[in-house]
Amino acid sequence: MGVYWAIGVRSFRRFSTYRIATASGAFTNTVFGFILCGIYLTLWHERPGLGGYDVSDALTFVWLQQGLLMPIGIFGATTTVELGERVRSGEIAVDLYRPTHLMLWWLSVDLGRAMFQLIVRGGAPLLVGAFVFDLKFPSGALTWLAIALGLVLGILVSFGLRYLVALSGFWITDSRGTEHLALVLSLFFSGTVLPLVVFPGWIGDFARATPWAATLQVPIDIWLGRNPGGVGAALLFQLGWIVVLLLIGQLATSFATLKVVIQGG
Amino acid sequence: MAVIELSNVSRAFTVTSRTGFRRTRREVRAVDGLSFTVEPGEVVGYIGPNGAGKSTTIKMLTGILVPTGGSIRVAGVDPSRNRLKLAKRIGVVFGQRTTLWWDLPLKDSFAVLQKMYDVPRARHRENLATFVELLDLGDLLDVPVRQLSLGQRMRGDIAAALLHDPEIVYLDEPTIGLDVISKARLREFLAQVNAERRTTIILTTHDLDDIEALCSRVMIIDHGHQIFDGTLAHLRASQSAPRTLVVDLATSLPPIEVPGATVTKVNGPRQHLTFPTTTKAAPLLAEIAANYPLVDLSVAEPTIESVITQLYTPTPTS
Repeated sequence: MGVYWAIGVRSFRRFSTYRIATASGAFTNTVFGFILCGIYLTLWHERPGLGGYDVSDALTFVWLQQGLLMPIGIFGATTTVELGERVRSGEIAVDLYRPTHLMLWWLSVDLGRAMFQLIVRGGAPLLVGAFVFDLKFPSGALTWLAIALGLVLGILVSFGLRYLVALSGFWITDSRGTEHLALVLSLFFSGTVLPLVVFPGWIGDFARATPWAATLQVPIDIWLGRNPGGVGAALLFQLGWIVVLLLIGQLATSFATLKVVIQGG
Repeated sequence: MAVIELSNVSRAFTVTSRTGFRRTRREVRAVDGLSFTVEPGEVVGYIGPNGAGKSTTIKMLTGILVPTGGSIRVAGVDPSRNRLKLAKRIGVVFGQRTTLWWDLPLKDSFAVLQKMYDVPRARHRENLATFVELLDLGDLLDVPVRQLSLGQRMRGDIAAALLHDPEIVYLDEPTIGLDVISKARLREFLAQVNAERRTTIILTTHDLDDIEALCSRVMIIDHGHQIFDGTLAHLRASQSAPRTLVVDLATSLPPIEVPGATVTKVNGPRQHLTFPTTTKAAPLLAEIAANYPLVDLSVAEPTIESVITQLYTPTPTS
């Protein structure tokens, strides 16, 4: 297991070398935070209590979301995009020559990245937002613990999805199409475009049951204390998707390494 | 006991080509009926033109590609069934790809490798010290890999592949793109590793100087078939590539006439003649000296390149 910890730590360190990217990313998130707050204020002014959120919930949602987009990897993440490129170029062969499990390896790499982005820039937009708006902060050690857990599980669900997207390149020669499709699904069903609570009826129920909901919407709802079935059910929901996705991931890995041509010399 | 054993190994790929809406499937045999054994400590040059099946063979030997026919044993196991276990006992270097971590200092990659291969710390330190000295890596350890030159990166990659004392090392064009001095240094290092550690080395390359400098044995593959397996000297002797005779005459003359040889080039008083290896040079010389004003001469043996080019060209029969 030592090697996975070692590569996770190296990955964390690697992302810490991209200082300008980190700073400019946090700045962009903050700018978008203000723009979205403008939109959400109007929306919740017209429809108070929309989706069970009050104005303070909605604004807190915005700043949390802006901080979490990168760590969770809603737009995809550098790590899994690199994995996709390695599959495309055939460089994946190098990974397969190693005495390590492909999925665990990339999971460690992705967790190192996510932890860096969560700790260093995850809170930055929230701090700025809290200066300007009246935001909600959780109280109680147990809630904080549940939030931390929910965030880690959210990252794992997201990894499970992104890993499958990257591996799809083994079968369809170019995973970029899958990446675009995954991006659209992720933006909508994670609650990035609008919090999933605002969607009524079966569309809302469906959206909230997808694995993407487990990446962003669920952890934010834990923070806000707004999970429909309570925190326990929310965490179990995430855990369920992790088990499903990682099992499929493991299966896909075995198939990929056994059946498929590794591209290029 | 042989460390690598292939018997009648084949690998076929299905290639789908599309013209408009019509799809045609065609089976391509990248490797077809390949059999050979390699003994521990051998350095084998594995050569062939692009697309001959070299990389496919290496991929099957390392277990990342499953053969469609025949059987492979490497270090006593079936590679594709024991890929992860076998990975600890082999080292792989791709000239055009790196196992090092791009954005991290070289020493970080080495530290991860120690954990990855469970190398005892003392052994790791000892190996690292040896390779740092032999490959002159001392000043590079703190440099991020992306800032290394190709030659420096290659040295790092070679060290990375050998840190865990692999029994077998596969080197896929390790000297590609390197300058003459870097190439020579790398060859010297590999020869030393082979001599001191009895590491089996399989080397694929297009640079025949690599082969001449390192390999006791050459295997040539073309269109998935093995067309030669033996020593370099044997390879030279086996082929009837024509020899060249260059004569300098006292004056410029039209192409001279000598039975058993043909003039291929006339350059002022200098004429180039080729003659088959079966013909002896001495009678030719006597003939020329008797009939023409001969001043100087030289005989050129066929280059290893020309021998191999000749091997590649005919369609092989397996």
